[in-house]
Amino acid sequence: MTQASPLLSVRNLGVSFRMESGEHFQALKGISFDIAANRTVALVGESGSGKSVTSMAIMRLLPENNTEIAAGSEILFEGRNLLQADRRALRALRGRDIAMIFQDPMSSLNPVFTVGDQIIETLMLHTGMRRKAARQRAVALLKEVGLPEPDRKVDAYPHQLSGGQQQRVMIAMAIACEPKLLIADEPTTALDVTIQQQILQLLAALQKKHGMAVLFITHDLGLVGEFADEVIVMRHGEIREHGPLQQVFTQPQDAYTKALLNCRPQLDSRPARLAVIDDFLQDQPYQTPPQRERGYTAGDDIVLDVQGLCKSFESREGLFGKHVFHAVKDVSFQLARGKTLGIVGESGSGKTTVGLTLMRLHQASAGRALFNGQDILAMSPGEFHAYKRRIQIIFQNPYASLNPRFTVEEILLEPMTLHAIGRDHAERKQLAAALLERVGLPRRALQKYPHEFSGGQRQRIAIARCLTMKPDVLICDESVSALDVSVQAQVLNLLQDLQDECGLSYLFISHDLSVVKHISDQVMVMQHGQVVEQANADSLYANPQHSYTRQLLSAIPQGWPQQGGTRVA
Amino acid sequence: MTSQTTLLADDASCPASRSLWQLGWQRLRRDRIGLTALWVVLAFVLLALAGWLGLAGSHWRDEVAKPNMPPALFKDYGPATVELTAADIDAAQQHNTSIADASAATGMSAEDDPLAADMAAAQTQAANAAPLAVTPANDSLLVLGSDSRGRDVLQKVIQGTATSLLVGLSGALLAILIGTLLGALSGYFGRRTDDLLMWFYSVFTSVPDMLLLLAFSAVMSRGIDTVIMVMALTSWTGTYRLMRAEFMKHKGREYVQAADAIGASHRSRMFRHILPNVTHLLLVQFSLLTVALIKYEAILSFLGFGVGISQTSWGAMLAEAPAELLQGYWWQMAAVTLFMSLLVTAFSMLTDSLRDALDPKVK
Repeated sequence: MTQASPLLSVRNLGVSFRMESGEHFQALKGISFDIAANRTVALVGESGSGKSVTSMAIMRLLPENNTEIAAGSEILFEGRNLLQADRRALRALRGRDIAMIFQDPMSSLNPVFTVGDQIIETLMLHTGMRRKAARQRAVALLKEVGLPEPDRKVDAYPHQLSGGQQQRVMIAMAIACEPKLLIADEPTTALDVTIQQQILQLLAALQKKHGMAVLFITHDLGLVGEFADEVIVMRHGEIREHGPLQQVFTQPQDAYTKALLNCRPQLDSRPARLAVIDDFLQDQPYQTPPQRERGYTAGDDIVLDVQGLCKSFESREGLFGKHVFHAVKDVSFQLARGKTLGIVGESGSGKTTVGLTLMRLHQASAGRALFNGQDILAMSPGEFHAYKRRIQIIFQNPYASLNPRFTVEEILLEPMTLHAIGRDHAERKQLAAALLERVGLPRRALQKYPHEFSGGQRQRIAIARCLTMKPDVLICDESVSALDVSVQAQVLNLLQDLQDECGLSYLFISHDLSVVKHISDQVMVMQHGQVVEQANADSLYANPQHSYTRQLLSAIPQGWPQQGGTRVA
Repeated sequence: MTSQTTLLADDASCPASRSLWQLGWQRLRRDRIGLTALWVVLAFVLLALAGWLGLAGSHWRDEVAKPNMPPALFKDYGPATVELTAADIDAAQQHNTSIADASAATGMSAEDDPLAADMAAAQTQAANAAPLAVTPANDSLLVLGSDSRGRDVLQKVIQGTATSLLVGLSGALLAILIGTLLGALSGYFGRRTDDLLMWFYSVFTSVPDMLLLLAFSAVMSRGIDTVIMVMALTSWTGTYRLMRAEFMKHKGREYVQAADAIGASHRSRMFRHILPNVTHLLLVQFSLLTVALIKYEAILSFLGFGVGISQTSWGAMLAEAPAELLQGYWWQMAAVTLFMSLLVTAFSMLTDSLRDALDPKVK
């Protein structure tokens, strides 16, 4: 390792964007770091920290019309300043010396070309290979990234591959020209846990084999521990901490890093309240709150009793043919008052369908759901209307679940008007304001529109909307998955407070096993529409019975090596 | 709660809240071309409003000048007109006054012609009324000249603007209404409703537009209301297709599902939740349609299927142009062309700017 001449050296990089209103937004405030050859550097930060802007700046992919790069900024790649390189030099560099993997393989691959063609194109462009040789190389690359049947898959179109396989293709394309630097921008965020682990292992192996330098960008500190050499923690366009992996994890110097390490729910502890960033930015040291006991007990009052729930979707095939897809098969569970049932599973496991079917947003194919003894699935729409307020749902994406043309007031008042809660408009408005304050938003927010809030704030509004109806059961469908770790902790704390206060029962659907462990009393593991295991949270995590559960648990990123996790590669 | 305090602090720095419409208007205001286009269109609408209220252009039927007077500024550029003197008229009338002459043209003698007496009477009457009130006060007042009957082209073109805009705007509004309603039903409910409406739509679109327009206007009586009806009935299809797709897309969105979850009815979800989220598209569609319909009206009237004879419009004025141009009277056509292209261009540019302002993602 030659510290003297790093492969990539970023010096005083400052980037600002001209906003529509003419103001400037400083995305990067003069950051500096080095990446040595053959090293893996992880860039960690939450949304808005400037981590993606950094990678785009290195690739010179920032939109030119509204980006201003501060004077004195330098990005030196092998001693050459990329910021001054002309287009031709850049084109030659991108893909050959510096390659990039993006977050969503689905939208990064061109759907109308076979994956082979896309790799071949890269090879022919940068290495001057002939088509036949390039094809052979493409097959070899696909084999290297572990795609099954590479000879056949080379002629497959992107949609014929699964998400994980698509990401493998993207990696094959990136390493096709043996780049010196590989930038991986959240390469596993869109993937399931088990797939995520495979991809990380693959990246680590390839890094070793080819001797590449890797810039690994992620929002999840847990992933970093798996294979980074150095960690850079960013916040608000500044580098908060930079150091070797071990040091950052074991002796974090910066308060923000400490906070990030602590606000993610852990598998081995369940504090009554999760730590949030502010706990660490205060003067007094953070005190770990007491642990919380969870689990169903014998005397629990059952609110929702689901028996043999099935849901199948039919699609037309040909002229008269029908294809039936069973999304949910014979699912039964009981939800106790004031308790949380967690449903975990990977994409396609049918966990979301369970939630939507219980809300009757999908029509159940079979089964019963007894709500206080009444089967809500068998009711007429008229009868069910009265029950709608008792059972509510919070969706995953807070950006999509609030009507952008409504003010917060209209959003909160609508359900009250529909269910005749509150005597008149004034009383309803009073209620709405009180609820807003309860979820931690100011009264003034009533007059604002959803687009003026951040993701976490919007999720609070969505929670407040549900609370207007004083429901008994709240279905949280991946409700914290789209949020940053620190915001996620805040929302999880809020949900916990509300449960303690109002005795709400949660059906908590998530792919994130640590979050589910934190909030759930009982956990149900789903795979291919079926329940494979169901038990009290603590016993299920401590002693998983089903092989699939064990597989899921072993795929959870273990944080840093000292914590007993096995380091990959 | 500690998080609460940060949220409150964040909020204090927030500027006054603005709806998406207000943000769109802000963006439009920053777009110079769009803003200019908007002013031009507004000026035209004001002019048309004045036309409808009879404040301007209401005297377009009056024959205020000699026929085919060139515009005031271009007095010397028109073809020379032959001034008829009183002697010429007398001489012409001398020929016609006798019963014998009147009957001679039919090839019958005065005694055999049953109409002879009536014709003679009529002709004498016409001769008595002969000195027509063609005494223009001041020719230089005719900024845009006069037409073949001595009517003021400026007045005509203002009246034409009023008619054409009325037809364009209300035709487009009606088409949007039909298209949105059917599209909403079709896209939101899907299945049978969609099949039925799509079938209806296919039938409509399978007939060439122009043929449909001509067929409708041939069957119905002439007049502005007919033209509007005809246009609305033939041009809702584009809006229908657009709205159907939008409603299909939006009904699966989480905010609509959330509305369903809190118990909002179908009608409320369609028109209270989804519709406001697609109205910016409707606004763009509306201005596109208005331009198209103004042009359609011109074509229809030019072909003689447009507004009635007692009304005038840009198309009706253009219909007079071929005969005039043969004799070199270019100004009526020039006036209409100027007005129409100004409005249509401004409207199209406004549409472009509106699209950019209301849907910035496309940029």
